[in-house]
Amino acid sequence: MSIAMRDVFLIAWRSSRRTMRQPAAVIVPLTFPLILLAVNSNGLKAATQLPGFPTHSFLAFFLPFAFIQGALFAAMTAGTDLARDIDTGFFNRLALTPLRGMGLVVGQLGGALTQAFLQAIAYLAVGLVLGVHFASGPVGILVFLVLALVIAAAWGMTGIWIALRTGSGEAVQSQFPLLFFFMIISSMNLPRNLIEVDWFRDAATINPVSYMIEALRSLVIEGWNVQALALGFTVSIGAVAVAMGLASIALRKRMTRT
Amino acid sequence: MADEHGIEVWSLVRTFKDVHAVQGINLRVEPGEIYGFLGPNGAGKSTTIHMLTTLLPPTSGTAFVAGFDIVKDGPAVRGSIGAALQEAALDPYLTGREHLRLQSGLHGIPKREREERGDELLTRVGLTRAADRKVQTYSGGMKRRLDLALALVHRPRILFLDEPTTGLDPQSRNALWTEVDRLAKDEGVTVFLTTQYLEEADVLADRVGIIDHGKIVAEGTPEELKATIGRPTVVATPKQAEQLEHATAILERFGEPTRASPGATAVMLNGKGDLADVLRALDGEGILVDDLRLHAPSLDDVFLAKTGRMLEGEEEQSE
Repeated sequence: MSIAMRDVFLIAWRSSRRTMRQPAAVIVPLTFPLILLAVNSNGLKAATQLPGFPTHSFLAFFLPFAFIQGALFAAMTAGTDLARDIDTGFFNRLALTPLRGMGLVVGQLGGALTQAFLQAIAYLAVGLVLGVHFASGPVGILVFLVLALVIAAAWGMTGIWIALRTGSGEAVQSQFPLLFFFMIISSMNLPRNLIEVDWFRDAATINPVSYMIEALRSLVIEGWNVQALALGFTVSIGAVAVAMGLASIALRKRMTRT
Repeated sequence: MADEHGIEVWSLVRTFKDVHAVQGINLRVEPGEIYGFLGPNGAGKSTTIHMLTTLLPPTSGTAFVAGFDIVKDGPAVRGSIGAALQEAALDPYLTGREHLRLQSGLHGIPKREREERGDELLTRVGLTRAADRKVQTYSGGMKRRLDLALALVHRPRILFLDEPTTGLDPQSRNALWTEVDRLAKDEGVTVFLTTQYLEEADVLADRVGIIDHGKIVAEGTPEELKATIGRPTVVATPKQAEQLEHATAILERFGEPTRASPGATAVMLNGKGDLADVLRALDGEGILVDDLRLHAPSLDDVFLAKTGRMLEGEEEQSE
């Protein structure tokens, strides 16, 4: 194992272990998206009667949102934990070892991705048990999980960037309602072509979160929609790249060691 | 350039906007020496230690730690030093053993040696029984001992300790002093220790540097520094409060008045007599004394003389 890989593994190991030992950091991200899934798939199922609605199952339509929301929770945990490390001086302890700065960032992200992956398996299992059928088949399920993890990486890196920039757990948590707002003004509840309010449809169209959800959704209810997948992967990978760039700038300012 | 186990500081300066935290300090720490860096909160101790451990770039000047330039050879410096900085920075959700596993892994200690090294250090700092408990259940003293063990994982030749005993009970403080002393005396580890406790510097340090407002105002062995003050003080507490003024007048024949606690009087002896002479004079004029003592110069006196104020009991201010 290379030194860089070893560092990433050790930081991810520590991050995962720490998360798993905080019941609130495990239970809330696991259950809250499933509760919202249960509420919305029941309360909004009348939407499937709308002309042009792409499926008869609102559960299948809404399932991808659980993955996006769960990833956001995992990112919040990763960001808050890193901010706490900065606040308590643990970050300085790590800075005094030969650990490379990006090793810390990627390792921390690895912890968030581990959590997001375990959550994703749980959401997927619940969806399949409740009768959700993946139109893209077993390979589509794998692609779905890969995309869900890329989206989790985008959120996770955003959380890490905010933590490095502010050094405050409270600041990290205060940013997340804003990110949650981005999720709400997307196509999470309705396909964009069925949103009748102009400003909302426009907002959903320029909102990258819509393309993440639509790519995941396409694998569940449409099969292989290359355009939706290309857009979803491009937007998600782009978000990872932008957040990683911002995080590396914040890291340079935060980790001032010579 | 400093010896491979020593520290040499050249005109080190650090400013934060308008705050001149460290103002051109120079010092040298010999290999195997325990150097006590003494000063009140806000004097520049932690800023200095952050620069010497490469966590904070100096505004100007430099230092050589273990023979490496802290500005140009940061990674080499970090590979040679261990540090336990202010407030034991530990993860409350990890166990002591897991901390050691993480730290030794990041220092590149081969996997097969990590457990062995961890066990050795846990034994040395007396945490074997608590090794598999989460750190959130540890006392302040246990956290400090784990902090020290983590700083020693990669067998550094130079150890930086930033106020290692602040907030500890006397028993934990003594245990830590013993271990630090053993490291220096038995293993030849060079120790740079900041403290705001005079007793700590006096007991532990081979040499002491006093920093105030970012400048070193005195440096030497504790004995040398006390010798600069020179004269002992006689403190007398009359049995009857109304005799205090009379007792003060008698004492002033033997030296200059100095600070004393309420109900007592004190002079710094000027060589015209000793304790026995003072006692005879008091007795001769019918002054009954409750307490009479000779107070040898302490580092507190040195600090008072060099900075114009007492160190312990200083109003706390963040650095």
